Amino acid sequence: MSPLDRKLLRDLWRIKGQAVAIAAVIGVGVLMLVMMTGIVTSLDETRRAYYERYRLADIFASVTRAPDRLISDLSSIPGVSVAEGRVTGSALIDLPGLDLPLRAAAVSLPDFGEPRLNDIYLVAGRRLDSDRSSEILLLEGFAKAHGLQPGDALSATMNGARRTFRIVGLAQSPEFLYTTAPGELAPDDSRFGVIWMSRTALAAAYDMDGAFNQALLSVGRGSERTAVFAAVDRMLDHHGGLGAYGLEDHESNRFVSEEISGLRAMSSGVPPIFLGVAAFLLYIVVSRMVQTEREQIGLMKAFGYTNVEVGAHYFKLVLAIAAGGALAGCLAGIAAGRALIEVYLEFFKFPFLVFQLDPGAFVVGFSVSVLTASTGGLIVLRGVFALSPATAMNAPAPPDYSRTGRIGQSLNRHLDQPSRMVLRRLTRQPGRMAGAMLGIAAGMALSVGMISILAGFDRTLALTFTVIDRSDVTVTFTEAMSEKAILELQRMPGVIEVEPVRIVPAVLRNGLKTYRGAISGLVTEPRLNRAVDKDIMTIPTRREGVILATALADILGIASGEMLTIEVREGRQPVLDIPVIGIAQSLLGSPVYMELGALNRALREPNRVSGAYLRVDSIHSQSVYRTLKDMPTVAGVSLKADARNAFQKLMDTGAGAMRYIMAAIAAIITFGVVYNAARIAYAERARDLASLRVIGFSKGEVAFVLLGELAIVTLVALPVGALLGYYLSFGIAAGFSSDLYQIPAVFTPRSYGAAALAVVAAAVTSGWLVKRDIDRTDLISALKTRE
Amino acid sequence: MTEEPCKEVTSAFRITGLTKVYGEGAAAVHALRGVDLVIPSGELVVLLGPSGSGKSTLLNIIGGLDRASDGQVYFRGQELTALSDAELTRYRRDHVGFVFQFYNLMPSLTARENVELVTEVARNPMDPDEALALVGLHARTEHFPAQLSGGEQQRVAIARAVAKQPTVLFCDEPTGALDSTTGRAVLKVLKDVNERLGATVLIVTHAAATAAMADRVLHFADGAIREVVVNKTKLSPEEIEW
Repeated sequence: MSPLDRKLLRDLWRIKGQAVAIAAVIGVGVLMLVMMTGIVTSLDETRRAYYERYRLADIFASVTRAPDRLISDLSSIPGVSVAEGRVTGSALIDLPGLDLPLRAAAVSLPDFGEPRLNDIYLVAGRRLDSDRSSEILLLEGFAKAHGLQPGDALSATMNGARRTFRIVGLAQSPEFLYTTAPGELAPDDSRFGVIWMSRTALAAAYDMDGAFNQALLSVGRGSERTAVFAAVDRMLDHHGGLGAYGLEDHESNRFVSEEISGLRAMSSGVPPIFLGVAAFLLYIVVSRMVQTEREQIGLMKAFGYTNVEVGAHYFKLVLAIAAGGALAGCLAGIAAGRALIEVYLEFFKFPFLVFQLDPGAFVVGFSVSVLTASTGGLIVLRGVFALSPATAMNAPAPPDYSRTGRIGQSLNRHLDQPSRMVLRRLTRQPGRMAGAMLGIAAGMALSVGMISILAGFDRTLALTFTVIDRSDVTVTFTEAMSEKAILELQRMPGVIEVEPVRIVPAVLRNGLKTYRGAISGLVTEPRLNRAVDKDIMTIPTRREGVILATALADILGIASGEMLTIEVREGRQPVLDIPVIGIAQSLLGSPVYMELGALNRALREPNRVSGAYLRVDSIHSQSVYRTLKDMPTVAGVSLKADARNAFQKLMDTGAGAMRYIMAAIAAIITFGVVYNAARIAYAERARDLASLRVIGFSKGEVAFVLLGELAIVTLVALPVGALLGYYLSFGIAAGFSSDLYQIPAVFTPRSYGAAALAVVAAAVTSGWLVKRDIDRTDLISALKTRE
Repeated sequence: MTEEPCKEVTSAFRITGLTKVYGEGAAAVHALRGVDLVIPSGELVVLLGPSGSGKSTLLNIIGGLDRASDGQVYFRGQELTALSDAELTRYRRDHVGFVFQFYNLMPSLTARENVELVTEVARNPMDPDEALALVGLHARTEHFPAQLSGGEQQRVAIARAVAKQPTVLFCDEPTGALDSTTGRAVLKVLKDVNERLGATVLIVTHAAATAAMADRVLHFADGAIREVVVNKTKLSPEEIEW
């Protein structure tokens, strides 16, 4: 090993504390990138493999009732590779001990063999025996939530008839990764079940002998899907077709896609910000570190080492730290990704995992770290190369402060010498101080950003469940009912207020942009569930137009005053061209509001409602639930508290859970930045500080000279960081927002205060750590060593 | 330390059995091996000897920068070796001036401000300008260290050391980094300080010729004082052969 390399190793050992601090900052930046991209790639791959293995259909088309022979017609449509018909229906599951019935979907499986499309994954028990019509398979998530097992009996109401079934197996399906209780946005395993039955048994229950009410189709790669949709709709039109839709509009898949694309947006939006901050810090640290080695560089040159050799030596030092940090970040990122993906697997209910890393993340992480470190090193080395070897032979020249001496003469009179030293250090190298300040500000900005995101999640929940939705219970009817149903609800003891609603599925179009959603028909002056504007004031629904949620207006690229095309997917399926008359603040889902009467008129079904919002006296809530349970017209009852919990859970376990990890990483980076700033300042000043100690300054007084500088830099960094954080928050918020929920960047004095507190705490801790070193300084050796 | 120096004592330092060991076991280095010494008040003392003979170690211990392994040091009757860190700081602040080979000036302060650094905290300081005039730098008080030559920087360091009117002045190789002319000028300043302020001055040096200007010369070898020479006649710094 060459002596220079040995020096390199010893130098690394000598500055190990600092090296580790730098490597840690760059490491967490890389960690985050590798982890996030790894998770996204793995989830994407796993989902693809899962869909493929269980032959999930590409196109779904529901009809009222179509004869089986139509299937061969459907499969002969050009581009369609497989077509299959099945029977589906809605059911109500009655579980002992529960006040409310639970809604479920009943889905048929072929009597013999496996389905050609939408197969199931049997988790426990066995498949159905077509001879026994009482056998069912139950969705695993639902069964788990209620402690049901193969062999258990289950009582359910189908098509008005109540029957008792025997569970023979538990199944998962790519089609039902997510199940959402009626009238709700957040999935909840416990409140929506899926029952699979043999085709014959289910056809008997729903009067579908020799017929199907849902067609599944898979299309070959590269086929013209628009033409397929048109052909399917044409064929099914006479049989009450509700319009074919693709997998991308399938509820469960849409949810999974949204969560994954939320993670992807986050992985491409947030880690670069973190990595950028880490890289910037690395640059500052490296350039200052090489600067302190100036004397040694002169010496090496005096011994006859060339610029290239000396340069390579320091380059290796920088590289060792940067590459070490990046490598550790990669490894930790893989480990963290692997650990987290397990959590996500459970969240997404994938039965197996295809773990895949994104090699791009390694390359990006590595090159960003190494490049920034090298740039930092190179810029300083350029100055160092110009240095004459003789400089090293002379007594160290004191840095020149003469140009700062005249600054603030009047101010000087009021300052003691230690304060002047602090002030002059700050003014002598404004660039260096600005760098340190910006580094700390960047750390602060990350903290502000993450804290405002944490507050944003709370705001979303609070706004949705206390301001927009003021009801206690949402009731969904089995079908559109006459308004008498509302009167019936009003008469129930304990019900304070009832507000009718009609929700119909619809496809919204603005030019080429479409969105498959639902229209909520509300009363003119809604009180319980309403559209609100920016100032949280109710927007009244009006006959002549619709009100869109902000997120939906963005998706459709439509503004207030423009015309929207609505293709209603219920009843006579009218197509409406209707102006947008308002944009509503909504942070959950993408609702569309319309005046109830206008909606019913468009459907030519006057005085119909599909559900109601209720305000209930809490004393009577139990009896209200019991009564609702016994009403045959009620399909689902959802308590706001449950819905809120479901959303909270979704945000805490899905893509949103990443916010906690990011907040932790932001804290690590913030601390790393501040600690490094303190360490470097100390390294640069060790000798001066020891001299002060020798001439009789106490430890506290000496610490003031160093920490005063850190304190001022930190204090200046606070407002700058707050400002940077303000802008950063919008970027991070966009990364966290998805179709399912929008996260606003929320700025409260509290979030700034908390971020400032975090930075100050980091500064105080760093200051304390450095002060410990000042206190321990060996006065004599500090005096003997030359700079 | 307590502020009641014993006035009867004419010695600045009384040292008994002073021992300093660095490291432990086989690796132990005995820098001082039981030194006994009395340094009278107001003398100019030169400590001579080869590298590692213990002279700097002695200076550091009696200057309150380092701690003894064994033995006692009394400064005007007060036992330095028994003082806490904070008390040692107080001792340095009130009584001791230091001059080092590499000056150790604060680069961010002007010549006068470097002196004020000390006079602001000292109990009975002289005027900073007066201290700078004493070392012949009255015309350069507003200059920063980077604008001063090596000799000038060392003279600022001396001005800084004497401005508090120290009881003792410790100089570790004060001329080590200087040429002969500048070195002589610095030594002259040290002698002036000794004579005009009555401060006890201890100078550690390699340059044997410096001994000619001292009241007392301590010859060090291998961690002990081999010989103490008291000069009957002293040369002025200008007369010293460099």
